[in-house]
Amino acid sequence: MITTGLSLEQAPPFDVPLRFFLTAPWFLVLAALLLLWQGPAVFASRWLPVTLALTHLLTVGFMAQVMVGALLQMLPVVVGVVVPRPRLTAALIHVPLTLGALVLPLAFLSGRPGWFHPAMGLLGFGFGVALAAILIALWRAPVANSTVVALRCALGALLVTLGLGLALGVYWCCGLGLPVIVLTHVHTAWGLLGWTVLLVVGVAYQVVPMLQMTPPYPGWFMRGFAPLMAALLLAWSVLVLVGAEGMMKWVGAALAVGIASFAGVTGYLLTRRRRRIGDPTLGYWWIGMTSLLAGALLWWATLLIPALAQQPHIELLLGVLSIFGFAVAVINGMLYKIVPFLAWFHLQAQLLGRAKTPHMKQLLPEKPIRQQWWSCLATLLLLLAAVFHPAVLIYPAALSLGVTGMWLGVNLLGVWRYYRRVLDAGMATESLARS
Amino acid sequence: MGAVVDYFAAEHRGCDEFFSAAEEAAQTGDLASCRERFQRFRTAMEQHFRKEEEALFPRFEQASGNPMGPTQVMRLEHQQMQGVLAEMESALTGGDLDEFLGQMETLLILMQQHNIKEEQILYPMCDRVLGVAAAALIETLRSFSEGQPL
Repeated sequence: MITTGLSLEQAPPFDVPLRFFLTAPWFLVLAALLLLWQGPAVFASRWLPVTLALTHLLTVGFMAQVMVGALLQMLPVVVGVVVPRPRLTAALIHVPLTLGALVLPLAFLSGRPGWFHPAMGLLGFGFGVALAAILIALWRAPVANSTVVALRCALGALLVTLGLGLALGVYWCCGLGLPVIVLTHVHTAWGLLGWTVLLVVGVAYQVVPMLQMTPPYPGWFMRGFAPLMAALLLAWSVLVLVGAEGMMKWVGAALAVGIASFAGVTGYLLTRRRRRIGDPTLGYWWIGMTSLLAGALLWWATLLIPALAQQPHIELLLGVLSIFGFAVAVINGMLYKIVPFLAWFHLQAQLLGRAKTPHMKQLLPEKPIRQQWWSCLATLLLLLAAVFHPAVLIYPAALSLGVTGMWLGVNLLGVWRYYRRVLDAGMATESLARS
Repeated sequence: MGAVVDYFAAEHRGCDEFFSAAEEAAQTGDLASCRERFQRFRTAMEQHFRKEEEALFPRFEQASGNPMGPTQVMRLEHQQMQGVLAEMESALTGGDLDEFLGQMETLLILMQQHNIKEEQILYPMCDRVLGVAAAALIETLRSFSEGQPL
């Protein structure tokens, strides 16, 4: 039995995940500014460069940013392995990822092929380092539980998403002859259904039962879900690439049912939580799971009812539900658990009794969490309505997105400033005592 | 599942129940009931720590030949939880239920990330390392009552 290499140590330094968490919300604000600037045109079609710019501000700038930061933080907890040289690794991921998430939308907006070179270089490098660091850690995991399996599938999906994204970048910059529509479909599916959904699945297996005190996910579900979804996604991609439309629909429908079942099971577990008091982050799970369920059912319906698939709004609705309604909302809620806890954790470890450590509800009170939740819900509803009436509603939707993003950013910055203040005061007490 | 995973994970769920009951009393502002429920929770937590630190961990350390490894981190986390439990106690002494609830929220995450590590990683390892001795250990623990040496 080998236990060397196993590390149950608690956490990398606070700044390792925090740099990602404090950067991400401002990409929501940038997305809102882009919407305000470009107006209703953004919702004319999912294929416009400006819509692609908006999508990547949200998926790379906000979602991937937090997801990678959170993985660096949680690997020791769920996997028992730490990422080596955490500060350097985090910097090598965070800087290129942030710059890449800024340059890629600029490349789409400017229409200049030359901008895609730095975007591809930055994102290829940042995601490459992240994938290498996290995959090595995952493969050295001493126990292969359901979460480890789901995370491996999610990381594999990120690799496919990145590879296809780089190939599409070559198309945009160099006009390489590629079946660009088909590749974009596959890139999107692996990014949203593979990387994003499976990562949330792997995390939810642990976080939902533990923090909400619900019954666990059923054992067969946890063991089978992620590998089955990854296999279906692979089959679907092959069928899309060879153009086997008939088969593709059935496999797509199976994927949609799978995703709906995850949303359904999670919702069911949340109704059976044994914690008897309210939790302000629970509302974000409800927005997320309802959106995921609605998105999966809508996708399923378009596969079975061809007339529905012809509707121009469907793809945009799916985008709003899966990206903002599901991913942004769930991530937003989880940040409110992770950031104040880590602030508390690092404070008590550094203060060592020199000063009293403020508890989580002092570091981030419930009231701003509940208030920002309303802005998150309003943004989702306005974005959905703007799909149908962009001329009127795109501006209120954009404003709401900007407000909710800024509010999240300010709430998280508030935790960090409180942390600095208590830490500085605690350390000052000590140097005073010494002198 | 192994004997260690089953027994100790069930203890975690038992502590969760006591936690939730104390939290509920604090939320409704019932200080007397909260004090009583908190004592029950704290006793359950401390008994659980003792079973691990005095019975399970030493056997794991001996069998794996690794006294400074993962069990040391778990002991450290027990101390951190004891620290928060003490803060909760003093909040109750002062009758400050808001402070108490804030400390509970903090303890919940600290406790659950600790439980994840134990249930997902350490307990399965204990089952593998201890083999048949695991079942015997759990038998002893089942008949354990408070105050008895482990």
